[in-house]
Amino acid sequence: MPLPAASGVYCTGIVTLATQAEHSTTRRDFLYVATGAVGAVGAAAVVWPLINQLNPDASTLALASIEFNLANIPEGQSVTITWRGLPVFVRHRTQAEIDEAKAVPLADLKDPETDEQRTKPGHEEWLIMIANCTHLGCVPTGQSGDFDGWFCPCHGSHYDSAGRIRKGPAPKNLVVPPYEFISDTLVQIG
Amino acid sequence: MSEHSTYVPGNAAEKWLDERLPVVRFAKEHLMDFPTPKNLNYWWTFGAILVLCLGVQIVTGIILAMHYTPNVALAFDSVEHIRRDVNGGRIIQAVHSVGASMFFAALYIHIFRGMFFGSYKAPREILWILGVVIFILTMATAFMGYVLPWGQMSFWGATVITNIFSAIPVVGESLLQLLRGGFAVGNPTLNRFFSLHYLLPFIIAAVVVLHIWALHVPGNNNPIGVEVKDKRDTVPFHPYYTMKDAFAMVLFLIPFAWFVFFAPDILGHPDNYIQANSQVTPSHIVPEWYLLPFYTILRAVDFNVLFINSQLGGVIAMGLSMLALLVVPWLDTSKVRSGTFRPMFKWFYALFVLDFIALAYLGAQEAIEPYTTLAKVCTGYYFLHFFVILPVLSRIEIARPLPTSISESVLGKAHS
Repeated sequence: MPLPAASGVYCTGIVTLATQAEHSTTRRDFLYVATGAVGAVGAAAVVWPLINQLNPDASTLALASIEFNLANIPEGQSVTITWRGLPVFVRHRTQAEIDEAKAVPLADLKDPETDEQRTKPGHEEWLIMIANCTHLGCVPTGQSGDFDGWFCPCHGSHYDSAGRIRKGPAPKNLVVPPYEFISDTLVQIG
Repeated sequence: MSEHSTYVPGNAAEKWLDERLPVVRFAKEHLMDFPTPKNLNYWWTFGAILVLCLGVQIVTGIILAMHYTPNVALAFDSVEHIRRDVNGGRIIQAVHSVGASMFFAALYIHIFRGMFFGSYKAPREILWILGVVIFILTMATAFMGYVLPWGQMSFWGATVITNIFSAIPVVGESLLQLLRGGFAVGNPTLNRFFSLHYLLPFIIAAVVVLHIWALHVPGNNNPIGVEVKDKRDTVPFHPYYTMKDAFAMVLFLIPFAWFVFFAPDILGHPDNYIQANSQVTPSHIVPEWYLLPFYTILRAVDFNVLFINSQLGGVIAMGLSMLALLVVPWLDTSKVRSGTFRPMFKWFYALFVLDFIALAYLGAQEAIEPYTTLAKVCTGYYFLHFFVILPVLSRIEIARPLPTSISESVLGKAHS
């Protein structure tokens, strides 16, 4: 069968070099870019689930909220509980510790927060904090260090009796998780 | 590089294959006939030793994966099961864990050899950069492998290292959860680390192929750093260097075997024989010895710099310490490659080696004085070496006269 295209009589939609030189943007350029753009969006739509599967799954998120009874912790004692797989300190502070924390001028703090901002009104004896050092996540040792609070053995961060960073590489105070008192002895964390 | 080939297909079958897929020709050109400087010393055998190390890790690793269980409830016990119950498992597991240390020992020697003899200088910059990429990939692989036994050091090492990413402004916290697959290191983290620990060695192997490809374009550097000028400067890779490399491998396997058979756990940490516990951090966290210098740099920054907090500062310092390796071809601009002919560089090089060893030592110490101050001094010197000493030396140093050729340096006279 003879090929008709060579004669140039038939409109094939093929843009030759000559027509491209005359028009800077052609229909073909547009289709090329549009196809590429749709292809890129499609590729991203395929890749996203492959990345998103790395995020915390439903079973992990299901553990997001817990209740905890404070009644059995005497003054001066702490317990470590688990919330979202993270260790959480619950400390029943002594009056001396509260007074010490309140006496610290804000200017001395690397991450300034008052003692009131770190506790709930009327429940100042209770300090509830995520027990991971804000530097790289180790669990600090309680009632040690230079400020009567916590000391992180990994890289030497010292926290005071309100869990505020005082010395060492940690950038922030120990994180206070979202929690509220349901009654005087029951807290809900998360 | 077909000009080096002396391959002539021996029979009709070889000829048939050669015309379709010239693998035999390729192997002969690159593994046998490849012209190699005739003055390479034993420091040059570590490239081949590293190929051996990668091979040993892949073979033993594939076997261990047949008996290991990546689940937080079972992982710790499954490693003990390998060590106690699996036939020969005690030795295979020891070869794999000791092998990681031996791999890094060879890797550090290989890198420091390149730094002394200027192997990163033109035209070998890409070769060097690929080497740094392999180094970083190997550190990532080793780190994830150390998490798999799910001991206390595994868990807390994983916590500390993944926490590095939380230092990144804005996206840090989300990225951290993405990496861990949870709010803390847990079962999803262990599973994905196992998957990646299995994958990465093959990626490393692919980069090693590129590394050797980049080596075979300009050919080897050599102890005097003078380029090959003619055929009298080289010998074929086989049998000269295949034999030398094989002999060096045998020597290398002697301490390797000693560790495996007599002290398989001496390079590890006792705390890693306690199962992971997310509630208790060991009193003193130490990474594996081969990560210590960079760990020291990470924690040396315990002060805020302007708007950069101490955590991000430490991460940036550690990143920069690796970036410095990547850009060293453009920091050391001296035309003379080999440290042998650089009277001042030689001393600063020795000082840098000492500084690196000191960084490793300090990484294993507790975060108390005088170690914290010493860590800052040694970290400072690390950067001083790369960003001040090397560029300045390149400008002011007067090198000793170079031999005119490799042959001359070997024979003690110019060839006629």
